[in-house]
Amino acid sequence: MTVPDQTQVPALAVDGLTHKIGGRTILDSVGVAVPAGRFVVLLGQNGAGKTTLFSLVTRLYTAQAGAIRIFGHDLRQESSRALSQLGVVFQQRALDPDLSAHQNLWYHAALHGMPWGTARKRIAEELGRVGLAAYAKRKVRGFSGGEARRVEIARALLHNPRLLLCDEATVGLDIRSRAEIIADVRGLVRDRNLTVLWATHLIDEVQPDDLTIILHQGKVLNQGPARAIIAAVGASSLNEAFRSITEGKAA
Amino acid sequence: MTGAGWARCFIGICWREGLRFIQQRSRFVSALVRPLIWLFVFAAGFRSVLGVSIIPPYETYILYDEYIIPGLIAMIQLFNGMQSSLSMVYDREMGSMRVLLTSPVPRWFLLVSKLIAGTLLSLPQIYVFLGIAWLYGIELPPLGYITVLPALILSGLMLGALGLLLSSMIRQLENFAGVMNFIIFPMFFASSALYPLWKIEEASPLLHDICSYNPFTYAVEGIRFMLYVKFDPFSIEMVAGFLVVFLGGAIAAYDPAKGLIARVRTGGAGA
Repeated sequence: MTVPDQTQVPALAVDGLTHKIGGRTILDSVGVAVPAGRFVVLLGQNGAGKTTLFSLVTRLYTAQAGAIRIFGHDLRQESSRALSQLGVVFQQRALDPDLSAHQNLWYHAALHGMPWGTARKRIAEELGRVGLAAYAKRKVRGFSGGEARRVEIARALLHNPRLLLCDEATVGLDIRSRAEIIADVRGLVRDRNLTVLWATHLIDEVQPDDLTIILHQGKVLNQGPARAIIAAVGASSLNEAFRSITEGKAA
Repeated sequence: MTGAGWARCFIGICWREGLRFIQQRSRFVSALVRPLIWLFVFAAGFRSVLGVSIIPPYETYILYDEYIIPGLIAMIQLFNGMQSSLSMVYDREMGSMRVLLTSPVPRWFLLVSKLIAGTLLSLPQIYVFLGIAWLYGIELPPLGYITVLPALILSGLMLGALGLLLSSMIRQLENFAGVMNFIIFPMFFASSALYPLWKIEEASPLLHDICSYNPFTYAVEGIRFMLYVKFDPFSIEMVAGFLVVFLGGAIAAYDPAKGLIARVRTGGAGA
């Protein structure tokens, strides 16, 4: 087994990823490189293939063709090492509604084999960080959408992953909760040198300097800083550039 | 991950299954009420009309309500296994299965842990049932309460593995009623749980053949013999064989590379 040079390897490298479901091609030779320590946006409309890409990166199921490496660890060959580097916030709520916030995090800690003492300390830290320490013993069934998302982010960070995947993490939230969650995740990149891959269809969540990957109908059409993508197509905004790129492809 | 990490993962899965069981008190009650109704109502009615002649492991003529006890124990385990299957489907619908499946621990270990947790949960239900049966007057050999334990664990694992395999094929909770009709009832009725195989053969050779291929029959017979401090190697070997087949099928079905679960898809609205 080779030990990758951690200073150079991308946090996530996807190469030639192709996946079909029921004969329909969902991802078509997708190639993506997410550099470490950056906030990277995966931008695409509903049905573009974002959730399928995340399902393959999290090894919920395996791609029919192509390779995925997380910090240099091949997902097929070294799945345990690769997955231990990964924190995930799924599009669909993935909390057990009958457990409290603390119990949900405790379960996650156990699944990652965390020592009990470390788990206890990290749960307190993360729930405190997202402002839910006072609600730790409450069942998450009674939580608002924003609170549940914050619990999921706390859970995803519990085992100190180096790469955080957020799949449409702000969908269904009010404007204030959305803003708080995006600010929180961007802060993590700054403060912890965390790498974030942020999948969204909401263009207003992208900032000009964000590395942006445009995924459309299962293909990567463009990737680079949002500012550069706008300039490359001669558009006045990312919204216009996105329309131009995706409609051009559709035509 | 180290061995200690795997152990903590196993404990975590057992803890969650136990917590869920405690929270669902009705599950414990219904797990007990079901076999007790069979014992108090069905078996009581048949007691006067149906005796069981001396067949191994029995050394004397026994009443029907004593005969039916191993079948009712296996029934508790059958429903428990299907309950595990139901909870897997529920977890998939609620999205929480993703948390389990993205653990860095190999998937086969997660499934085996879940299987063991479910089997352990069935044991207190069985012993409470045996306690009530004892109070009702059904006294089994005292040592049998201990010697039956390995058979209970083996049959619990086998029926739980069947539940896991089924959970990979069921797309929605609504489909679970089909499991009741096409798995639980046929397995229970077409077995030696209610009548000895020789009596079934007298009635219908075809039904006897079906019973002979039914894994549940061997679970019942394995329990029956060990409850009377005897050992039926053929039944135990059959149960072990079916365990290997069902567990192997479940592990293959949950394998991210080739499993059925990939076709079922694990929730999520997006493409």
